[in-house]
Amino acid sequence: MKAVKGKAVTFGNNIDTDVILPGKWLSLIDPKELAKHAMEGLEPKFPEKAAKGVILVGAKNFGCGSSREQAPLALKYAGVECIVAESFARIFYRNSINIGLPVIEVKGISQAVTDGDELSVDLEEGKVQNLTKKQTLQGTKLPPFIMEVLSDGGLIENLRKRMKKQ
Amino acid sequence: MNISEKILAKASGKKAVHPGDIVDANVDVIMVHDLTGPLAIEAFKKIGVSKVWDNKKVVIILDHQIPAESVKMAELHKMLRIFAKEQAIRLYDVGEGGICHQVMPEKGYVTPGSLIVGADSHTCTYGAFGSFSTGIGSTEAAAVFATGKLWLKVPEAIKFNITGKFPKYVTPKDLILYIIGKVGVDGAIYKSTEFAGETMRDMSIAGRMTVCNMAVEMGAKNGIVEPDEETVKFLKSRVPKGKAAIDDWKSDADAKYEKTNDITASDLEPQVACPSSVDNVKPISKVGDIAVNQAFVGSCTNGRIEDLRVAAQIMKGKKVKSGVRALVIPASQEVFAQALKEGLVEVFTESGALMCGATCGPCLGGHIGLLASGEVCVSTSNRNFIGRMGSPEAKVYLASPAVVAASALTGKLTDPRKLEA
Repeated sequence: MKAVKGKAVTFGNNIDTDVILPGKWLSLIDPKELAKHAMEGLEPKFPEKAAKGVILVGAKNFGCGSSREQAPLALKYAGVECIVAESFARIFYRNSINIGLPVIEVKGISQAVTDGDELSVDLEEGKVQNLTKKQTLQGTKLPPFIMEVLSDGGLIENLRKRMKKQ
Repeated sequence: MNISEKILAKASGKKAVHPGDIVDANVDVIMVHDLTGPLAIEAFKKIGVSKVWDNKKVVIILDHQIPAESVKMAELHKMLRIFAKEQAIRLYDVGEGGICHQVMPEKGYVTPGSLIVGADSHTCTYGAFGSFSTGIGSTEAAAVFATGKLWLKVPEAIKFNITGKFPKYVTPKDLILYIIGKVGVDGAIYKSTEFAGETMRDMSIAGRMTVCNMAVEMGAKNGIVEPDEETVKFLKSRVPKGKAAIDDWKSDADAKYEKTNDITASDLEPQVACPSSVDNVKPISKVGDIAVNQAFVGSCTNGRIEDLRVAAQIMKGKKVKSGVRALVIPASQEVFAQALKEGLVEVFTESGALMCGATCGPCLGGHIGLLASGEVCVSTSNRNFIGRMGSPEAKVYLASPAVVAASALTGKLTDPRKLEA
């Protein structure tokens, strides 16, 4: 997979799925409709900001709370190309990978990035370059089977491929 | 091995597993509900298989938005019913079940030593019966529908050793809030949490469910309690013969834990998680004067008959404070029927509380009892995030059924022990 480049949008610790996608929108299943409400609980103008493609930078425990896959779906369709955080809540982490939204854990990232910095993320190597601050951080590399899910575009596409091979 | 490792070893056909191992596990039961099921079905249809791997191991429970509060939800419920019929999957419809995490053990889907996954974060509740249970998302649920398998990383474990007797009106809810306050909302991230000690042995199944239910609020992958005679007593009339066996599901004496925390239950007072983080926990004596607009007893955390009994004991013969909306929502039809038999429905109704049919209700701000800006709710549920129960400008305080019932009577956050003084 090639590197993902974009402007950083930063958030703090413990960003929960209720602010990422409030419960009242869970009856929507069209991802484009969900995208209109991405981050509504914290920053209602987020979809405008993300429309051209952004890299979301979180701190600790990003995506804590419910198992709602609508949360990463809303972010992905709003324009988030990759999420980098110190740590993730585990269900959100798996959900993101399963819908083909790259996520990567990088210790120190929340201190190293300011909102608006230009970033380049190399998923294969687990590296994040801050092009604005000319600094590189090493994150946790994803295991090969997860990289394969991401490069296939998500778990369903990956499963289809694997089932065909059998 | 500890109990969680033993279950993951069995589920993946291995003699032993170690923290950090990635295993391909066979799932015993999978559950989806009305807010996660529709996306799972859409994803399943894209995989290209016509039938789920085992229709007897898939359960669909309508609970979050029941009865349907909008045409959109009615359409999603219809879609779930059609899928259930096509696949011959058991679906618990309006009036048959209630909140998924109550219905699953009531209807016999939860057994000690099993691996249960559910498209809901509070699936960790079933650890109360000595099963390894954890939440997944909709796409992953679709993959399990097709294959019956799921990859899992064997987690490091944290043990909580709890001793001593609870003082009056201090409950399992206060214990788990206290633990989350100490550990933090990311304090057990990716990890297994095991609750042990004499307090857990003496605790009702309902209490163990409350404790395990909130393991995810500190980031844990699962919460678990060793099954015992109490577990067998609850399960034996509900599960197929022989399935309530508990002997294999104990942690070994030399089981490894990343750390062990000792907690003394007799030292606790009622606890409150203040807005807007579940680890913003204080003993009620330190919370100060907080006026409430709504008091809610219910949810998968505290909607069981034991919870309703405590609330009714406090509210019996008394009136809900004028200006407070008190909502009591049993976790299931079974709980509702029992409340009716015991005269609790009468107690609540006469006190001026509104009883609703079994549903998740206000807990997640889906329908019933949403909050307006500037309003405050004291709730027995599990999350107090910004906007969780409606307006982002509303505030939610989490507490036990005893505290919520006492607060409904006084109109402000109240220690139930003070009402009797």
